[in-house]
Amino acid sequence: MTAASTPPPAPPAPPARPPRRSWVARANLSPSTWIGLVMLSVFVLLGIFGPLLAPHSATAVDLDHTFQGPSGAHWLGTDKNGIDTLSQLLNGARSALLVSLSVVTICATIGVVVGTAAGYLHGLVDDVIMRVVDILQAFPGILLNIAVVAAVARPGLGVLVAALCINGWVGYARVARGQALSLRERDYVQAARALGASNRRIVFRHLIPNLMAPIIIQMTFGFGTIILVEASLSFLGLGPQVDYTWGAMLDQGTTFLWKEGFGYYALVPGLAIAWVVLGANLLGDGLRDRLDPRQRRVRG
Amino acid sequence: MSIGSFILRRIGLGLIAVLGVSVLVFLNLHMIPGDPVDHLAGGEATKDQRDKIADCMGLQQGYLVARDADHDGDDDRVRTSLPAQFVRFLGDVADGSLGHQCPNTRGRPTVMARILEVLPNTLWLAITGMLIGILLALPIGIVAAVRQGTWIDTAATVFSLSGMSMPVMLMGPLLLLWFFVDLGWFPGPTETGPASLVLPAFAIGTHLMAMLARMTRSSMVEVLGEDYVRTARAKGLPTRVVLAKHALRNALLPVITVAGLQFGSMLSGAIITEKVFARPGIGLLLLDAIAERNYPVVQGCVLVIAVFYVSVNLLVDLAYGLVDPRIRRA
Repeated sequence: MTAASTPPPAPPAPPARPPRRSWVARANLSPSTWIGLVMLSVFVLLGIFGPLLAPHSATAVDLDHTFQGPSGAHWLGTDKNGIDTLSQLLNGARSALLVSLSVVTICATIGVVVGTAAGYLHGLVDDVIMRVVDILQAFPGILLNIAVVAAVARPGLGVLVAALCINGWVGYARVARGQALSLRERDYVQAARALGASNRRIVFRHLIPNLMAPIIIQMTFGFGTIILVEASLSFLGLGPQVDYTWGAMLDQGTTFLWKEGFGYYALVPGLAIAWVVLGANLLGDGLRDRLDPRQRRVRG
Repeated sequence: MSIGSFILRRIGLGLIAVLGVSVLVFLNLHMIPGDPVDHLAGGEATKDQRDKIADCMGLQQGYLVARDADHDGDDDRVRTSLPAQFVRFLGDVADGSLGHQCPNTRGRPTVMARILEVLPNTLWLAITGMLIGILLALPIGIVAAVRQGTWIDTAATVFSLSGMSMPVMLMGPLLLLWFFVDLGWFPGPTETGPASLVLPAFAIGTHLMAMLARMTRSSMVEVLGEDYVRTARAKGLPTRVVLAKHALRNALLPVITVAGLQFGSMLSGAIITEKVFARPGIGLLLLDAIAERNYPVVQGCVLVIAVFYVSVNLLVDLAYGLVDPRIRRA
């Protein structure tokens, strides 16, 4: 039964103040959403503090102790250069976090501004922006990223972020435009316009705050996607030239997959990536149900 | 919008996308510091050999400068300007050769010839991967929808969520470790034949399977709640008939469409899969060409993948419009 059809409640008895519910209860999230949130939080914390916790250097070569199995000194063993696997993993978390956080933030910002402008202003601006969006979507994304990164001899994190942003904003722009198109007809926007509010004020004060829910959902999913694409580029040898990105670790792992007792090495970064992506998917699904109930009917 | 102008518009957008990316790739490759001839010729090449490679790549034109500016004892030649090189590239696209393979060993085959040599491998990989994805996803999704809310449903959801989170770079090595190294059931990398297709196809199909299983489930759940399904049940039709004739037919349309649209991403996913399994294909060709800075081959590979992607998506969109008369494009 919807709230609208509920008869007005009897005049409230002087409130015996209801016990304050904890923030956990008020958040009203499903268990799987909590799991996703915890998984992502673990990743973020490891990304921030991981390099400090790392027991060894992630770059110190020790050719006397290559390809070692797990031991007390090296919990996850060592790689082809004798570098501690756990330390690589923790340092890799830092670069994965840096890349995904910056790409998602930059893309969402560009996408929201551009998409809202398109939806609100309509006309020529909308046409031009949506053509660019169509063109970028007509092309396989990772191929575009490869083409950009391949041009740089020694890409750093900055180049990687730029390459991922070239087409990353498109999804956000589409969502923001759709929302802006419907919001611009709302009474409060019309009222603001009648009162003489400038376009800029309407967009930043009235439209953008009200279209953030689906954008936040999209950012959550985007987090997982970017981690995957970034790892793919490093795996293909096109990422930053450091050995400890998760993609580069996977690359080494598949190269030495046949080495007795070393096969598990490829699984370490692989599971780390799967962990982040799964966390992002669980949290994204849960937030979509929570923040955007219209979507609930068609969710998987 | 009429269907004719819709097709024209889509083809136009696709062409602009392909052309735009060609320009981007072209400019990008030419911004790389260093001479591509150095990469291809190797350190000990004579000037004559180097000239031959540069000629073959269309990097230089005739003897324009007579004086010996670098004092190496012979006349210098002038590099072709960037726009002229790009026009030449467009010409190579137009005549279908996509440029020449340099250094011109093996009777100077064209880039197109080299791509066509490996393209079937990639297409088989993508098609088999799609088939595996679809054939596994449908039963999982249907059972989950019919047994909605039971432990089977939960298990299917967990299964598909994990599948969606599993990168090919993890799936590939896992499959190789289990089924090649440990069990020896399937051939490993660098082998050929149909059996060698199994593991890579599973690796590339996992993500699609997970995604489609989720879609099938939600689509089926929605259809099962429709009035016509209730009517069919009410008039006493056996469940099997209701599911197959009334529910499944309507639920599958969006699923198949999404599957079709994923074919393009299978092609780019093939780049990673081919690297994991060291399978010859257009992805591996592209990576090798990038490593050796072989412009014509990089451009050719990107172009071919892009054209495939754009045309498959267009065909799927059209087919969807034809199959489902309710769809009319805005």
